[in-house]
Amino acid sequence: MNVVLAKTETGRALSDIFAIAGDRLPGVGKVADIRRQAFEAYERVGLPHRRIEDWKYTDLRVLMREVLPLAAPPDAAALARAGTALKPHTIKGVRRLVLVDGVFAAKLSETADLEKGLGIRTLREVLEAGDTSLHAQLFAPDNSDSMVALNSAMMTDGLVIEVADGAVLTQPLHIVHIASGAAPSAMFTRSLLKLGKAASATLVESYIAANGAKAYQVHDSLVVSIGDGARLDHVRLIEDSREAFNISSSVVTLGAHAHLNTFGMTSGSSASRYQAVIAFAGEGSRVETNGVNLLNGRQHADTTLFLDHAVPNCASREIFRAVVDDRGHSVFQGRIVVRPKAQKTDAKMMTRALLLSDEAEADNKPELEIFADDVTCGHGATTGALDESLLFYLRARGLSEKAAQALLIQAFVGEAIESIASDALRELAISAAQRWLAARG
Amino acid sequence: MSLLEVKNLLVRVEEREILHGLSLTVNKGEVHAIMGPNGSGKSTLSHVIAGKPGYEVTGGEILFEGEDLLEMAPDERAAKGVFLAFQYPVEIPGVATMTFLRTALNAQRKARGESEFSTPDFLKKVRAVAASLNIPQDMLRRGVNVGFSGGEKKRNEILQMALFEPSLCILDEMDSGLDIDALRVAADGVNALRSPDRAMVVITHYQRLLNYIVPDFVHVMSKGRVVKSGGKELALELEASGYTQFEDAA
Repeated sequence: MNVVLAKTETGRALSDIFAIAGDRLPGVGKVADIRRQAFEAYERVGLPHRRIEDWKYTDLRVLMREVLPLAAPPDAAALARAGTALKPHTIKGVRRLVLVDGVFAAKLSETADLEKGLGIRTLREVLEAGDTSLHAQLFAPDNSDSMVALNSAMMTDGLVIEVADGAVLTQPLHIVHIASGAAPSAMFTRSLLKLGKAASATLVESYIAANGAKAYQVHDSLVVSIGDGARLDHVRLIEDSREAFNISSSVVTLGAHAHLNTFGMTSGSSASRYQAVIAFAGEGSRVETNGVNLLNGRQHADTTLFLDHAVPNCASREIFRAVVDDRGHSVFQGRIVVRPKAQKTDAKMMTRALLLSDEAEADNKPELEIFADDVTCGHGATTGALDESLLFYLRARGLSEKAAQALLIQAFVGEAIESIASDALRELAISAAQRWLAARG
Repeated sequence: MSLLEVKNLLVRVEEREILHGLSLTVNKGEVHAIMGPNGSGKSTLSHVIAGKPGYEVTGGEILFEGEDLLEMAPDERAAKGVFLAFQYPVEIPGVATMTFLRTALNAQRKARGESEFSTPDFLKKVRAVAASLNIPQDMLRRGVNVGFSGGEKKRNEILQMALFEPSLCILDEMDSGLDIDALRVAADGVNALRSPDRAMVVITHYQRLLNYIVPDFVHVMSKGRVVKSGGKELALELEASGYTQFEDAA
């Protein structure tokens, strides 16, 4: 009886939140309609659970249990805490765009002196201005996944970045999501990156928290379109607090002869899910999508990738590495669909997990659905422990057990990190991995 | 005080006793050769001294400079000056040789309370040692032993020996898999490290290696213990008569 009542309370509370949040959610008219429909879609399913195949290993009803109330807009104190948290994550030579508690923080961001061909607006501006030209893309993620639907309903802010045809940006863009930790709450953000024909850009996304941030939830989504002949280098680093939840979705579309090099690493948060749909819409394009999970304690991290080879002559490479200690749980689901017309597709996926304790768990689920007959597709998955003979060799040379493990772990994740094209971004990923190793002791 | 004292050592691996009361004393400045047929326990002895897991010491003791070596973790032993040159050095993909060498050297120095080497000082030292062993710079940038030939792997072991400056070097079947030229280069490297402050234990199946690294003492092992000890002439004697006589004696 109590349980039923509690569920009802939670459900009602969330409906109230959507109603109450009404005036904080930018956009009227058609946007408000879309939000309402999205919220209804969310309510029909609720939090995804293990009986939904896509969420089999990540049961949010068990892990997250409820959606927290919408975070209040950051006050001066929250912005100050965010500013402090930002310092160790500052990267030289990048353009920083900061979202604090789901709201764009102009004071912490750099929006002046934009390079030629670069346009940056906030999601709030775009939705409030009633600019419908971007709606098709902004709302490209449909409501079939309830967490995406919830994000569509509740998104408060984000970045809308447009790179003109032929513009080659020399300065990477760095979107930093910071939880100020004011109160347990949820933030809902969506960003859009549109690369014109033959354009080129680098996007880094970091998820961090101010000191002492308690339970909070990040609900983020990213919509990317890469024009013909364009290139995007993309790195995302989840270093959220150990009590946080991070549910992020990406929808990426590539034109012809386009290139995407993307890398994601999760070393933070209590439970996280990164789901990406990457679709080839033009021939001759290439995607490298690589990732690393570094987990310990009771951390849970799920990376679910869907590569949609809809057209011929495209190539995709996926390398994924999981390092799991204590009672951590890593999930990798890699789905590759090669549609009937997508001849000459070249798709490969390799995932490896390193288990550092008897209670650590790694689930790998590769799914290949191939409907074309002239393709090269392959996948492989391994799970194992650190090689004892290598550990002994290093210890016989003076390395402590932890130091020997750290060196071998770095080597293990190295192959995925090496795939990052830019030196600076590779260093960034290496230092995030080193922070995780250092915290391990 | 002796550098190394192995007293009446009993060692088991998975319920099977491999060493049955082995004793050996090694002083600084000495080079000892341990010879014996396959399965006599030579490599087990080297592994137990270095601290490899999987061996159960059921009796006896090993003292290193008077301290109980068996109580120490492998990395503590390394920092104290114990060095094992592996018979089969492992390949460690993804760990650059240079990174490995610097991490190991500084870990040992830190454990001894010494200051860590600065990068320029370290590079200078490694380059000098590598040059003396004919190790090209390119090898140092590659993953540890990855794609190295047998000779290169052994030279990499000697490079580490020269760099870490241990007081006890155990060379486990250094000659295995080496042709005569590679053997000479490796032996020259070892000989250059002979010093009054350092002892060496050369484990080998064949007398051949001892033409290049001439020992002060030769011990014959059979069935888990030392059955005969003598000077360098004992090795020649073995070359002529073989190990059969000792298998009966043991």
